[in-house]
Parts: sequence; structure tokens; C-alpha cells
Amino acid sequence: MAKPGLDGHDRGAKVVARGLRDAGMEVIYTGLRQTPEMIVNAALQEDVDCIGLSILSGAHNAIVPELMQQLRQRQMDDVLVVIGGIVPEPDLAPLQQAGIAAVFPPGSRMAEIADFIRTHVHPRPALAP
Amino acid sequence: MASSTDTRAPKALPSQAAPLPAPGGERAAEFTTISGVPVNRLYTAADLPPNFDFEREVGRPGEPPYVRGIHATGYRGRLWTMRQFSGFATPEETNERYRFLLSQGQTGLSVAFDLPTLMGYDSDDPMSAGEVGKCGVAIDSIEDMERLFQGIRLDQVTTSMTINSPAAVIWAMFLVAAERQGADWKRISGTLQNDILKEYIAQKEYIFPPAPSMRLVVDTIEFGAREVPRFNPVSISGYHIREAGSTALQELAFTLRDGMEYVEWTLRRGLPVDEFAPRLSFFFNAHSDFFEEIAKYRAARKLWHTVMTERYGAQNPRSTALRFHTQTAGVSLTAQQPYNNLTRVALQALAAVLGGTQSLHTNSLDEALALPTAEAATLALRTQQIIAHETGVANTVDPLGGSYFVEKGTLDMEQGALDYFRRIDAMGGMVGAIEQGFPQREIADASYRYQQALERGEKIMVGVNEFVSDEPRLPTLYIDESARERQAAKLQALRARRSRDAVASTLAALRGAAQGEHNTMPALLDCVRASCTVGEVCNTLREVFGDYTETAIT
Repeated sequence: MAKPGLDGHDRGAKVVARGLRDAGMEVIYTGLRQTPEMIVNAALQEDVDCIGLSILSGAHNAIVPELMQQLRQRQMDDVLVVIGGIVPEPDLAPLQQAGIAAVFPPGSRMAEIADFIRTHVHPRPALAP
Repeated sequence: MASSTDTRAPKALPSQAAPLPAPGGERAAEFTTISGVPVNRLYTAADLPPNFDFEREVGRPGEPPYVRGIHATGYRGRLWTMRQFSGFATPEETNERYRFLLSQGQTGLSVAFDLPTLMGYDSDDPMSAGEVGKCGVAIDSIEDMERLFQGIRLDQVTTSMTINSPAAVIWAMFLVAAERQGADWKRISGTLQNDILKEYIAQKEYIFPPAPSMRLVVDTIEFGAREVPRFNPVSISGYHIREAGSTALQELAFTLRDGMEYVEWTLRRGLPVDEFAPRLSFFFNAHSDFFEEIAKYRAARKLWHTVMTERYGAQNPRSTALRFHTQTAGVSLTAQQPYNNLTRVALQALAAVLGGTQSLHTNSLDEALALPTAEAATLALRTQQIIAHETGVANTVDPLGGSYFVEKGTLDMEQGALDYFRRIDAMGGMVGAIEQGFPQREIADASYRYQQALERGEKIMVGVNEFVSDEPRLPTLYIDESARERQAAKLQALRARRSRDAVASTLAALRGAAQGEHNTMPALLDCVRASCTVGEVCNTLREVFGDYTETAIT
């Protein structure tokens, strides 16, 4: 669960992080003021299946392409990337094309977010013994 | 890909029939406020303490302990200021919106700055990518401040500025802009939010660590007391604490305790309490639970009068009379069925008025979707005008005074806040409590409890978890990336035009002032007059004070 950019409004990120933990997932919260590079580094280090971006600031058009490029460069294309927050209608399709799997707007339910992540993460090959 | 339309699809069923009444003939086993506080079926005199002395505990408006209001004439004397928070893209575009809102009858200005400005970055800083003008207006220099108020007489209208970490430099820009208009600093009035404590607690727009940040706040309080006596240098805020998910009581208690912290730090600077306390102002949320909010405002006035007299020995009546601005709760507004938000805002605004607010911002119906269109902002302003001129509630002072429910609610809020004050005092004050993560944890827990209540259907949000329906999409304000380009061009021209020597010497002097003990405002004003940018000033302060990173509590 990442909070990219300058915005510090973290209620959604924290509530969803807690909700996903209650739903049985392991959730790492990056904290605030994350650059795309910091997020991808953390994702790589923690070997996550999914990156959740909390974006309310309108900065998604700058953040997402940069982040997706970093994921490609690190061969992390199989990581599911979802957004929670406020994205204007005209920006939804370009984000989908950039690789964002879902945008959860205000009013989204915890169960819906958890189900989506569960059903859309790519299965990882089992580690060799 | 899930989008706004997909998430609404699963619940297209009509509402269920009303549930069977619980034993006792009521709709539920328990009724609670939105904060989770139990509410009784009926309130009578028996709910007030035995020997409750109304004259002493509640009194009259304009008289201590100010429960019924700080002015004897209430809104019969003067209506609250209709002050719509506003700002987007470039100063030129925002100036147009300000002139429009003033022409529609708003009576005060309120500036919303963009995230780069709030965080002390210039529009062309790499950290500002994608953020310029999106959440507020981009202000990089004194020239932007002048453009923002083009054609608006700063000595004739009061201006509130929602700015925290860089408040001192933004205020310096405002003061120089006013000066260049020929305005007298002794006469101009307005408010700086400048409440850094609630940033650590809730909004998280901090730059520097707590101690130097508090020093900057005290610098502005001291400078204001001496040089700009009609200006409110701080707006001690509960709005953001509430938006982050606190209960009404936590909003009240943490806000007032923040206020007490500012008083103590300023007293330590050596200012007598009555020299600065009259200009401390407050800012509360107007949330959806109508009577809970009214009790909160009334308790706030009583508590502030009590602590200012008993704890800090204030003698000047203006030192103990709590003045506040209110904003209706953004977090209560929905992306679904946005026209419902007009109703929500009207009711919340009514609560603020019945609570005696001095100044009010009403949110626009498109709050959950984007920054407001001019039409939406106008409707929000009309809401206030209708309350003021059509409902009659402004014709008498504190009309709900004497209601058993409201008086009991006020007393309970007061007691609950005093309890929080004791706990926070035991942690070494508010800065100590913040370092221990106490208010942050209270807020995180309260916000999660509320979310769970919503998910279980125990709390209803019309149009979201009940009474769901499809509706047509609303036209909204779209802010593109061109604001950044325009601001970057202005910055380039400014840097070419101004004196490099003046910039270097004023920033060096600022560094010296920041490293020392003197008030930084004179050095900041010199930087502003030399056309130093927000980013240049804040980077200098960052070098001296350092950055702050919080320990996240989820």
C-alpha cells in the first residue's frame, strides 16, 4: 500500500491496509511521500503480489507511467497494480492502457477490493526447495 | 477494469422492507451518533446534573463562559462571514474565481494552495511533477501573490490562507502584496491556518520537525501581535482531525489541546497571554450528526474560556472568547448521487450556524469528484444565503439553548475533553503525545471502527450502502498539466529579471536568522521583496531545520 507524491491524506490508505490484513493478506504500508522508484524498490524487496496506490491529488498522470516503466525495467510486469482514490473520468482509459488493473473510487467496499486482488494476482511459481 | 460504474452494479436491488421493530418498539437495539455515542430516547431535566445552575454553566451570549455565543447580539449584530475555500491551477484563473464569488455575495476570501506550494516546492521542482494547480492554486513568488489578488483591495476584504509548513513565507508574500497595494498592515485582517500540530496528527503536510516548526508558528504570533494586530496568525484546526476519522469529541479535545500547546510555547517566548490570545482562532468541522456538532461548538467555547482563565490567567475577555470558522465535512460527501450532497451540506451548515460559527465554508456537490465548478461553488454559497435570509434561524441567539438534549450533549463533550486533556498532559503535552503516536492512534482506530460500521450496514450512507441507484455523470472541473508549464515559464522570467545578489544575500540572512533566536519574519519579508521563490526559501529552511519523517501508524 503506497502513498505516492506529496499528498499526506492517508485515511483511505490506512483503513484499506487494515481491512486487507483483516481479510488475510499481508500488507506493507510504505508511508508518505513515496516516489515511483521508492515504491518499486519496496515492492521488489518485499516480493509483493500487488501494489495499491492511494492517489487523491490528481497526480496520477505523472506517477503511473513512471511507476509502470520502473516495474517493466525490473521485470516486475506480473505485479498487479491497483489505484484507490479520485481519478477523473477522462483519465480512466489511459490508466487502464498503462497497466492499472482497477481504480477503486470513493464508496468502494473492502470486500470488493479484497476479492478483486485475490482473483487477479498472478500465481507465483513455488520456490525451489 | 473496475470503474465507477462497475462498483455500483452489484447492488441494484430495491431497498429491503423496513425491519421488524426490536423489543420495546424501536427500530434498533441501540441508537448512536455518527461518532458512536449512545443517544437516549428522551432527554429531560433529570438528565442534567442535580442543582444544575444554568446561569453559571451556560449563561448568556456575550458573557463568560460563552456557551451561548461570544456576542450578545449574535447574528442579529452581524451574520457569519461567507468564506468559500477556493483555488486551482494558476493565480490568474483563481483570481477570476475570487472576483466571481465576491460578485455572488461571498463576504470573505479563502485561499486553497496546491500541494507543491503547501510542501514548499516551486512549480518547476521535480517533486512537483503532476501536482501543480491540481488541489489548489500554485504560488511560487510575490508576483503570483499579487496576481492572485489583482483588482481586490486587501484592506477591504479579509483573507484566510490555508497554509501550514510554509505559512510564514506565504504570509510574508501576502503582507508584501498588501503593502504594494498601499494597504496598512495595522488595518488588514485575515487568518493564517498555520497549525502545524494538526499536520503531525492528521493532515501530514509537515516539512520540518516539530520544534523548529513550533518556533516558526510562535514567530508569526509574535510578529502579528506587534505589526499586524488585526490578523489571526493561527487557525487552530479540528477539521482535518475529523476528516482523518476522529470522533466529534476527539476533534474537540485535540484541537483545544493544540491551542493550549500554542499558548504555552508563546508564553515561553515571553509574550503576556493577553497580548496574543485574542488573535488565536479556531476551525471546526460541521459533520452530519446534527445535534452532536452543536453540542461540540458550545462545549468548545465553554472549555476555552475555562482553560484560558484558570490555566493561563487571561484577563482580557477577548483572550477567552473562542472564535471559529467552520467547513462542512468533505468526507461525508459522496461520488454516488452527488446531488444528495446539496442536502447534506445544507444540514451541516445549519448545524454550524446553530452552533454560532463566525465564518463558514460550504462544500460543493462535486466535492468527491473534483475541485468545484463555478456553478457548484455558487450553489454552495446560495445554501448559506438561504439559511441566513430565509430560515429565520439568525433572528435569535443560540435558539437551541435550554434544550435538555443539547445542554446534556454540551456537558458530556466538556467532560470528555477534560479527560483527554488530563491524558495528554500526562504524556508531556501535545508534542509529547504526538511523539508517542497517541492522537494518531485514536484517529486510526476511530476511522477503522466507522468503516467497519459502514461495511456492516450499521451506519448508512445514502446512495452508497443503501438506496443505491444509477445516475448520469456530472460535468466536473478538469485541471490539466498546463498550469505547471505556465508557472515554469513565469519562474524562468522571474529568475532572469531579479537581482541575483539580492536573492543570495537575503537567503543568507534568512539562514542566519533561522539558525539563531531572532524572529524570522523580517528576514522572510526581505527574501520576498527580493523575489525569492517559495522553494528557495523553504529549501534554505530545510537546510537549517531538517526534514521530518513520521512513524506510520495503521
